[in-house]
Amino acid sequence: MASDSIPIAGALSLPRAERKPWLEVLHEWVITVDHKKLGIMYIVYALFFLVVGGIEATMMRIQLAVPNAHFVSPEVFNQLFTMHGTTMIFFVAMPVLFGFANYLVPLMIGARDMAFPRLNAFSFWMTAFGGLLLYFSLVGGTGLYGAGSAPDVGWWAYAPLTEPAFSRGHSTDFWTLALLVSGVGTIGFAVNTVATIFSMRCPGMTLSKMPLLVWLNLVMAGMIFFTISPLTAAQMMLVIDRYLGGHFFDTQAGGSAVIWMHFFWIFGHPEVYVLIIPCFAFISEIVPVFSRKAIFGYPVMVAATVGIGFVSMSVWAHHIFTIGMPSWGNAFFVATSMAVGVPTGIKIFNWLGTMWGGKIRFATPMLFAVGFLFQFLIAGLTGIMLASAPFDWQLGNSYFVVAHFHYVIVGGILFALFGAFYYWFPKFTGRVMDETLGKWHFWLFVIGFHLTFDFMHIPGLLGMPRRIYTYEAGRGWATWNLIVTIGVFVQIVAVLIFVFNLVQSYFRGPIAGNDPWDAWTLEWSTTSPPPDYNFAVIPEVRSRRPLWDLKHPEDPDWKYE
Amino acid sequence: MQECSAATNGRVRRWARRAVLLALGMLGAGLALWAQPGGRSQVPSIFAPESTPADQLYQLALFVLAVCGGIFIVVFTLLVYSVVKFRRRDGDDGREPPQVYGSDQLEMAWTVIPVLIVVVLFLTSARVIHSVQDAREPADAIEVTVVGHQFWWEFRYTHYGFTTANELHVPVSDPSHPTPTFLTLLSADTDHSFWVPRLAGKTDLIPNKVNHLWIDPHNVGLYLGQCAQYCGVEHAKMLLRVYVQPRDQFDQWVKEQQQPAAVDPPPDAVAGRRVFESTACINCHTIRGTVANGRFGPDLTHLMSRDTIGSGILPNTPQTVRAWISNPDAFKPDCLMPAMNLSDDEWDQMAAYLATLR
Amino acid sequence: MTAIPVAVPPPPTPWELPSRGRVGMFSLVAAEATIFSIFVVAYIFYVGKSVTGPTPSQILEVPIFATICLLSSSLTIHFAVDALRKAQMAAFTLLWGITAALGAIFLVGTGLEWYRMIYRLGFTIRTNLFGTTYYSLVGLHASHVTVGLIGLVLVLILALAGKVRQEHAEKCEVFSIYWHFVDAVWVVVFTVVYIVGR
Repeated sequence: MASDSIPIAGALSLPRAERKPWLEVLHEWVITVDHKKLGIMYIVYALFFLVVGGIEATMMRIQLAVPNAHFVSPEVFNQLFTMHGTTMIFFVAMPVLFGFANYLVPLMIGARDMAFPRLNAFSFWMTAFGGLLLYFSLVGGTGLYGAGSAPDVGWWAYAPLTEPAFSRGHSTDFWTLALLVSGVGTIGFAVNTVATIFSMRCPGMTLSKMPLLVWLNLVMAGMIFFTISPLTAAQMMLVIDRYLGGHFFDTQAGGSAVIWMHFFWIFGHPEVYVLIIPCFAFISEIVPVFSRKAIFGYPVMVAATVGIGFVSMSVWAHHIFTIGMPSWGNAFFVATSMAVGVPTGIKIFNWLGTMWGGKIRFATPMLFAVGFLFQFLIAGLTGIMLASAPFDWQLGNSYFVVAHFHYVIVGGILFALFGAFYYWFPKFTGRVMDETLGKWHFWLFVIGFHLTFDFMHIPGLLGMPRRIYTYEAGRGWATWNLIVTIGVFVQIVAVLIFVFNLVQSYFRGPIAGNDPWDAWTLEWSTTSPPPDYNFAVIPEVRSRRPLWDLKHPEDPDWKYE
Repeated sequence: MQECSAATNGRVRRWARRAVLLALGMLGAGLALWAQPGGRSQVPSIFAPESTPADQLYQLALFVLAVCGGIFIVVFTLLVYSVVKFRRRDGDDGREPPQVYGSDQLEMAWTVIPVLIVVVLFLTSARVIHSVQDAREPADAIEVTVVGHQFWWEFRYTHYGFTTANELHVPVSDPSHPTPTFLTLLSADTDHSFWVPRLAGKTDLIPNKVNHLWIDPHNVGLYLGQCAQYCGVEHAKMLLRVYVQPRDQFDQWVKEQQQPAAVDPPPDAVAGRRVFESTACINCHTIRGTVANGRFGPDLTHLMSRDTIGSGILPNTPQTVRAWISNPDAFKPDCLMPAMNLSDDEWDQMAAYLATLR
Repeated sequence: MTAIPVAVPPPPTPWELPSRGRVGMFSLVAAEATIFSIFVVAYIFYVGKSVTGPTPSQILEVPIFATICLLSSSLTIHFAVDALRKAQMAAFTLLWGITAALGAIFLVGTGLEWYRMIYRLGFTIRTNLFGTTYYSLVGLHASHVTVGLIGLVLVLILALAGKVRQEHAEKCEVFSIYWHFVDAVWVVVFTVVYIVGR
């Protein structure tokens, strides 16, 4: 199988590639429309901002480790939590997931590239520019004291705090415009993904034979049309308020602060499903391969994900249970928010069903997948608690919520991402990451994660609100905050090990070959890394696991599907 | 690159055990938390309710926690079991296990049961939503209008004819014939949120919108809270103090608050009052009975009757008052009270005057 | 890899997939429709809530002529694409040109309307809530018409230069989906602003 694909020399290293002048390599990457290169660019971009966002988090945690600390000023702290949230959601999580989707979807459907390669490049550069625009606020956003100032209105930017009366200078404008620009990139990526999945599948791959990763990225991309657009619309309205004297959110002119909240969360809630569904996709590829079994209940997994996609568009106001909606309004959102937990729970059971009766191999990707299952279970349950409106009247806007969503984002999304890195790194680079370092990364990160985010729930239960730059002693919050901060440093060590592993394996890792994990989807049928044209011959498939059929001709999947 | 040594399998079992122990440990921490002492403790724990709304939320919370705990135990056990039982052993023959693609009965079961759980949780939540939000206000309820400002709380006792700030006084409510306090929540600028966990869930104060909250504290005491919706730079220092008093003490407090400030201050405060009235202080502050009738800052008529200043961040002593008025930014950077450039003597005089506002 | 000695089910023939241009354009339309929906919701929410200033019935004149022009341009673009499929180049160029002209008339009509409101009546985006929501919604639509018009004119120039051929019919059809969308949005905006909201 290695003979029918010829790797092309270039930046994706094989040890015997010819060295090109670095300027030529740089030029190749800047003008590329190849989905694989763009995928890697998205991922590297996201890793850079992960470090930036992590530094922001560390600074906040140092400030909160003890009561009445003076590590950073209130202005800086408020900028930190705004930038941390905005960066992590828009310039880490979304790009890295788009990067993996970009790389994997065409390979998994047997295509040579995405449907619109130039749109692909355009979308990447728009997203990248948005991030740079956001951080340019540190230089250009006139704060009240003449220096540059990052936005400090929180990543939800509630009105009327964002109106010119309360946010003077241009910091808020950097937030708005950066997200408008990267939103264009996001929608472009989603259009491309949907068109690719519908129009570029190889012969024999009907919709019911696509790998789950492809299905789930299709659902994610479809959701983006209805998710990012409300945010784009709301931000256009905010720009009209701030620059043209509009009154959309100007409460003095009869405008409504509440309508921003609704518009924002109509975006904000489905957005978190946009983030988690690709992670479900990673888990749905990793767990079967390392349990040596097909995914349990493929049709229901698809149906549940589509169900999550739809129901999640009806739950948004559980973020605003405290704003004084009438009781029937609150009750409606309790019902839908709890309902969306049902298909999500079904997926957990299906993953367990996949492991059940298998022969589980605990390589690093599977360790992270098991960590994901454990932590996503807990995160889902704290989500059910928050979905109960009266309980949310105590828990909402407190550190309990911060703990909950970090449990999902770090314990769920980041763990799934780490699993995906270890699993697909061999395909992207042709080398395998070191297993020992991987295990050190995993266990240290588990310890650090739980130290921080388990104990973070407690100050919330004891009345500590979020977005406060300091707190009084004597409220019973200090000890827990200190433990939370200590966990951050353990996580930092773990992530440093990961980065070291990435870099070292890239240059000196063992050669992977086409299929190091003995997996079953099409990306493993071509070389590592794949050539520019992906496949020498466009494959034809008959089942959901084409490589299983080839490896087990006596017991192919298409007999059972 | 696959590891199949005995060391790995033994390690897996040991780590699985440790995971279980960790989970139990956290459960223990949770229980310890739940058993937090109530009563005199200043910790604003949601598990130490002292008022009917907080109590109903607490009961519901226990129920939801129990259900979620049960779900966790079931799924966690299944997870640990499958990780331990179905791991690849040493000496494995390398054959693939039987491929099972699904099971209609199982999938039906683990759909129907969660749906039933959701229905139960929804109904219990809906009941509490209704009983808290739609509670009718009895005729003898105390009514206070709360106006949220950047970064302090205004309390208007309209029925009694006075306004105060930052420290809310309410009478204790006897369960046999309750005298709850009904709060109307408004905002003068951005969004805020009124949260005193031991008395009620939080409700937001939103400009151009009227919200409501009620409490009926069962026990006398001081209950702490703070603003729970990011409202700007000093959101962290917009603290709340609710003093629940016996009825007679509350009535006494009301009577004292209703008095205007003394027309003739004692001789050593006269100079300070003149300074107060001639600088810009009167633009923002009200002292009833004088020319000062500003509404931008807290009402100072009975400043000395409060335990704290600066919205709960400093104890109310002559030294802190003097320090605060001469340089608010030192304690609450970027709060909206400017430091007027007065001389030390003038600050002393003003502090002496303010000390007479009992 | 290895040769398979087992009977494999025959491939589904013929293997047909939807055109990527069409899927892509419908996806874009979905996203844009959502943006418009949010502006429509804001418009409806704020009807009657202006604290000061003129009301819709005092300001608005129903743009019947412009509307007829815009909606008929959907018909003409449909027939234009039809003609291109049948390689009737002259008919295509004529109908496409009429479409562009109708779109331009609509924009001019909107422009004249706004000129009257802003300069003669002093009614702007910052006058009151009605002003804000009206100019935002109608302006958002007009900007989409403008983008469409630019596209129409570009293709018209290419057609006049003889560069458009029968095999481009698919691409023109994809573009016409966008133009139909713009017209459909106008139906909604027109109903909400000039009928319901007045």
